Amino acid sequence: MKKNDMTSAPRDSQWREELRKSKTAKERASIPRVKMPELDPAYRVTCNEEVNQGISAEQAVLEASRCMDCPDPQCVTGCPVGINIPGFIKNIERGDFHSAAVVLKETSALPAVCGRVCPQEKQCESRCVYHKMKKQPVAIGYLERFAADRERSSGEKVTPSVAPANGKKVAVVGSGPAGLSFAGDMIKRGYEVTVYEALHEIGGVLKYGIPEFRLPNSVVDDEIETLSGLGVKFEKDCVIGKTLSYDDIIAMGYDGLFVASGAGLPRFMNIPGENLIGVMSSNEYLTRVNLMGAGRSGGETPVLTGRRVAVIGGGNTAMDSVRTARRMGAEVAMIVYRRGEAEMPARAEEVKHAKEEGVVFMNLCNPVEYRGDEKGRVNMMLVQRMELGEPDESGRRSPVPIPGAVDEIPVDLVIVSVGVSPNPLIPNSVGGLEVSKRGTIVVDDVTMRSSLAPLYAGGDIVRGGATVILAMGDGRRAAAAMDEALCG
Amino acid sequence: MNKILEKEHFSEKVVKLVVDAPMIAKSRKAGHFVIVRCGEHGERIPLTIADADPVAGTITLVVQAVGDSTTKICALEPGDYLTDVVGPLGKATHIDNYGTVVCCGGGVGVAPLLPIVKAMKAAGNKVVTVLAARTKELVILEEQVAPHSDEVIIMTDDGSYGTKGLVTDGVEAVINREKVDLVVTIGPAVMMKFVSLMTKKYDVPTMCSLNTIMVDGTGMCGACRVTVGGKTRFVCIDGPEFDAHQVDFDEMMMRLRSYN
Repeated sequence: MKKNDMTSAPRDSQWREELRKSKTAKERASIPRVKMPELDPAYRVTCNEEVNQGISAEQAVLEASRCMDCPDPQCVTGCPVGINIPGFIKNIERGDFHSAAVVLKETSALPAVCGRVCPQEKQCESRCVYHKMKKQPVAIGYLERFAADRERSSGEKVTPSVAPANGKKVAVVGSGPAGLSFAGDMIKRGYEVTVYEALHEIGGVLKYGIPEFRLPNSVVDDEIETLSGLGVKFEKDCVIGKTLSYDDIIAMGYDGLFVASGAGLPRFMNIPGENLIGVMSSNEYLTRVNLMGAGRSGGETPVLTGRRVAVIGGGNTAMDSVRTARRMGAEVAMIVYRRGEAEMPARAEEVKHAKEEGVVFMNLCNPVEYRGDEKGRVNMMLVQRMELGEPDESGRRSPVPIPGAVDEIPVDLVIVSVGVSPNPLIPNSVGGLEVSKRGTIVVDDVTMRSSLAPLYAGGDIVRGGATVILAMGDGRRAAAAMDEALCG
Repeated sequence: MNKILEKEHFSEKVVKLVVDAPMIAKSRKAGHFVIVRCGEHGERIPLTIADADPVAGTITLVVQAVGDSTTKICALEPGDYLTDVVGPLGKATHIDNYGTVVCCGGGVGVAPLLPIVKAMKAAGNKVVTVLAARTKELVILEEQVAPHSDEVIIMTDDGSYGTKGLVTDGVEAVINREKVDLVVTIGPAVMMKFVSLMTKKYDVPTMCSLNTIMVDGTGMCGACRVTVGGKTRFVCIDGPEFDAHQVDFDEMMMRLRSYN
């Protein structure tokens, strides 16, 4: 299977030509962008139900008809996995929702996930021709989710075609988005694929990290089931580098190994009081709640809750944590971020949802110390007020402390969400593997191949901290390159 | 799912379980631990591996019923299953020929001490093992450590067995009588703290193995963090063994009470 030789919806097919002619560009452009129906904020903070409710079939068809079906669709170039975007959208417009899902599954192992958590506003939708017309882009993400959800609920599962077995077998380390995407592509190419997962559940960050109200576990499980149905084997509770070594994997006859072990170590700020009880990483907080079911009926894992909760950081994980804290009963849930809102890395939608849910934003504030009671439980946070100075290497204006402006803020839970470092298990355990100073595995940008010929890597273990879709893009590229190397 | 093959009661609250786990049995070394889960809604609990048989494909765990999850695990019988067992995790003990090594353990800490005693002896050390417990019935694994120790000293709080006194008294007596090159201490945090304070007085290098709260056990959550030599370290991937003289035991004990 080579690149671009497969799509079930080529632009020159007759139905697409007819569809293009059925409406004028002016008619299409006059339709307003669909609005995502959402749960009421007052209700949703009382539960874990998904906030975005998904658009209806009528809304989807209308939104799909906004798409101009451009001759040189730029949206596709903005997609890290190169989904045939107009192809699936035009299928929605003509009412063939099943075929829309078929097109999605040709390139993406996880469309129902991507339709929910991709930052489309920075990717596909950012390239939409509507921007040139000073109009809002086609809601590609909403449509992707619609098609994927429709397929799931229709009972008619799209089963991508699988090439005949080629007699080669590959192993995958980690069952997060990069690993699943790689596994999906390789099984379709005829490989025997085994995915090793360290945790007791498959899904990686999609399970332990992203909360139910943004990505229900049932959605992730459905996508995993599809992969199992295609023949992907999953081995839980197996830590590569510990349970099995790299040499074991090679000795077991695997022809290639894709390492997608994710971002392991949570970063802390090394400020006084950070080891007090009630100060924890967002990884710990979210894992306890999402993966372990803390706070849910029957869940045996405890989690600390607080009346006044401060989440440190301005990324998506910080937003997930603070919104989780609201749902776990925090009366005051605060984001403490050292830059301004304009510099915040979180998705605009997440920030909007957090605000609707009553989250307090303390921007231009940086914690400098935590204090606790006699039992060592945190009860106070000292924050340094900041102002924006010159842009730093990231292009964002860097925060500078305002001398003397330190406030004492009472808190009873602090969740530190200032990033993660790569998981050192694989880099430390595989001899001869080239690793960067930051601890990431060094790979070729295009092939994702490491300094060891059979070992490819992608996702956060290479990038240090990125998005679901970039990780999936890595998985796809690694699959294409490994296939080329093994069978090309 | 991992089947329980054998069970033995060491005391009312302490059981030994032999668990089917072939891959772990093959790859584990002294000092390693596993994370186990019992039941679909079960907690992830770190337990140090007390022994392993790579041929039979089994590992031995010693569990003390202290909370709901460990009580549930202790109630399992041969033929029952642990829902999940993952490992071996952590760094293996650095085994070397140090000379004379005193291995001291208290309570269920004796279980993870056993593989270290064996490995230290096999590496050519003179091994003096000090086992401590509150009372005679709680002294465990004496028979198992004996063949691998040049001497076994038993200490009980109430004097019902061995010598009356604390583990520190037993270790200090050895240090006073001969040159000790390394002390290995595993047990309750407070015990390790006082062993460490005592050996520091004599400037004897001391290694401890910490059992902190963990969730994933692979470096992801940071629940297990401790301060060692002024720096924050993760027990699951930087440990579980550290230079005891550098460990902030007071902070560790405080953090162990997070959910009490």
